[in-house]
Amino acid sequence: MNVVETKALGRRYGKRWALRDLDLTVAEHTVVGLVGPNGAGKSTLLHLVAGLIDPTEGSVNVLGAQPGSKGVLPDVAFVAQDSPLPKRPRVCEVVAMAAGMNVRWDADVVSKRLRELRVDESHRVGELSGGQRAQLALALALAKRPRLLLLDEPVASLDPLARRGFLQSLMAAVADGGMTVIFSTHLIDDLERTCDHLVVLGQGTLLLSGSLDEIVQGHAVIVGSPDRPLPSGSSVVGGYRSPSAHQHLVSVSAPVIDPAWQQLAPTLDEIVLAHLAVEPERRPVRRLEVV
Amino acid sequence: MIALRLDPGSGVSTYLQIVHQVRQAVQLGVLREGDQLPTVKEVVGALAINPNTVLKAYRELEHEGLAVGRPGVGTFITRTLTSPSPEEQTRLRAELGRWVDRATDAGLDIETMVGLLRSVVNQASGSAVA
Repeated sequence: MNVVETKALGRRYGKRWALRDLDLTVAEHTVVGLVGPNGAGKSTLLHLVAGLIDPTEGSVNVLGAQPGSKGVLPDVAFVAQDSPLPKRPRVCEVVAMAAGMNVRWDADVVSKRLRELRVDESHRVGELSGGQRAQLALALALAKRPRLLLLDEPVASLDPLARRGFLQSLMAAVADGGMTVIFSTHLIDDLERTCDHLVVLGQGTLLLSGSLDEIVQGHAVIVGSPDRPLPSGSSVVGGYRSPSAHQHLVSVSAPVIDPAWQQLAPTLDEIVLAHLAVEPERRPVRRLEVV
Repeated sequence: MIALRLDPGSGVSTYLQIVHQVRQAVQLGVLREGDQLPTVKEVVGALAINPNTVLKAYRELEHEGLAVGRPGVGTFITRTLTSPSPEEQTRLRAELGRWVDRATDAGLDIETMVGLLRSVVNQASGSAVA
């Protein structure tokens, strides 16, 4: 079953398209990483899926219904960038507030998590560290027992240790089963560890989408002399050229078997950066297959 | 029980790193028949990785006949690997020696040879699991 389905989805702010012509499907029980530079449309997409904004064109469907509609609201949890929580109230008051706003609420999730983090519930939210606040926001989202969890750059402002702790909590929650996660991030290392699928956005359009394995197997770094024709079935995404040798990052439909080209395994980092670096006018009309 | 670890810069996919580490632990005798592998939740909690990755690695180990999953209990090592016999190793070494001689005659330097070997090994291990 698809948890999210978008068709020709677009959203415009004034004259600027933040997102355009997006066809994307997200299968159940996957962890999807959303990457792209600032302004690529990541937050816009997450807000559209959460039902916090409406599309300008096209459609988005979440768990078989319109995002934000009564039927799906209890099943979707969204944590906005920097885990915005009111700073004045005490932790226990924020927990009680969140509990009161949700029809389904697993209080044990929050209390257990706060104990593990050694957070005193009588403290004010503003007194918590960045890592603790992010963990509190995650615990509140998980207490809904959501079928779809949306996180907008959850670890961007965290130090490495807090980031690790956050991802451990998130992955442990995924291990419990029944949840699909979409989260945006700038950190490709984190994606490699935590995601099944990757969606790369650039300037409001979909550049690359697929399972991590498909993406890595679908690319190669090849090195060879400039006068050689490219191996069959490969097309250049990026690379650099010197008079004596060309090094290309290519997308391939099958493993390259061409003695004229030395083949190296690309890292996910290289693949993502190469796709982001492609000039918009050079981009193919339709990209790699969708998730 | 072994502690799994990851090398993010290795370029080897996470699930393969787990498969390799378990296989190596069995080859070295660190893990023996009947030993339990860490549960998916334990690995996820320790390494902050996707549980599907751990499941995929354990499925691969089961597929190789190296481990067996018992639902609700865990995953257990089913056999002890033995490394190739000294005669076999000698034979492989001699074959490689002849190849190195031919490569030297063809004008390859050591780095090119190592690079070529690595790319062939990578390709073979890639297609073995694909």
